[in-house]
Amino acid sequence: MLQVHPGVAAPGSIADNGGREVDVSTWLLVLSVFLACAVEGVEATTIVLAAGTTRDWRSALTGVGAGIAVLAVIVAILGPAITAIPLSALRLVVGGLLLIFGLQWLRKAILRASGLKALHDEEAIYARQVAAAREVATGGRYAIPDWYAFTLSFKGVVLEGLEVVFIVITFGANQHGIGWAVVGAVAAIVVVVAAGVAVRGPLARVPENTLKFAVGVMLTSFGMFWGAEGAGAHWPGSDAAILALIATTLVVSLATVGALRLSAPRTESSDSPTAMKVS
Amino acid sequence: MRALRGFFAFWYDFIVGDDATIAIGVVIALALTALLAHHHTTAWWLLPVAALVLLLSSIARAARAERKPPPR
Repeated sequence: MLQVHPGVAAPGSIADNGGREVDVSTWLLVLSVFLACAVEGVEATTIVLAAGTTRDWRSALTGVGAGIAVLAVIVAILGPAITAIPLSALRLVVGGLLLIFGLQWLRKAILRASGLKALHDEEAIYARQVAAAREVATGGRYAIPDWYAFTLSFKGVVLEGLEVVFIVITFGANQHGIGWAVVGAVAAIVVVVAAGVAVRGPLARVPENTLKFAVGVMLTSFGMFWGAEGAGAHWPGSDAAILALIATTLVVSLATVGALRLSAPRTESSDSPTAMKVS
Repeated sequence: MRALRGFFAFWYDFIVGDDATIAIGVVIALALTALLAHHHTTAWWLLPVAALVLLLSSIARAARAERKPPPR
């Protein structure tokens, strides 16, 4: 899907460092990874903030570093391994997995946006994590002053990051652009961490459900596209079909939210479109 | 044994998630797409239709469960 054409960049595209043209699908790749990473980053930040503010910042940040190192090792091992798989087999398996992930994300986001499922409340999650962290006795292990703060941060980063790692590797491998996928992921981490440092609290105002909604649409669309191609089908319009899939998935999802809201008894969380503000 | 069960439970939850019918449906739809493509029949439409049906049916089930009055 990623078309990096040698030569002069066409209007509407940019040239990368090698003077090669970067097309729309690359922008979609970076955007998808950025949004997915931002959502998971917000959730991980809430956990790390709870561990750092109530326990010990040094241990919490060591946990973050160890978690990122584990995720980097997974990318370093799986990235080259997955690119060695023949493209049609890769697209079949990865397309199927992305479609399953995308439909699950979209399902949750639609249920939350329509008020049928409680919105993800970062402030409530933060309060629960803080209360739990205060009940555990302080104690160090190895060179870590507070083992609980370390493990809480480590688990938060690894578990929230695992799905992002999967998206980075699969999107990148399918489009021969792991580098671009990493750019999207790193940019999201920088933005989320900067916001966390600026706010010094849970990122409750991030429109998390809207982001999840967008990621669900992207994963579902790319999953359908690659899955069908991997199974041997040919899309009308070739790569342009991905844009039609994204538009159709978005319209169907929004229409479903609208239909559910009309048929549901009104609740506080579903009164306005801004109910999608927090997942 | 407990660790092994936990390992599989984690991956099941990670990949399959809340509704197993979505994962099963996607696998069946991919197999049918491959079958159609193998017989040189137009197959691109099948996956979008299957995804739409799976998503809407899963949401309909979840909505029914949410709106069901709690047992007395």
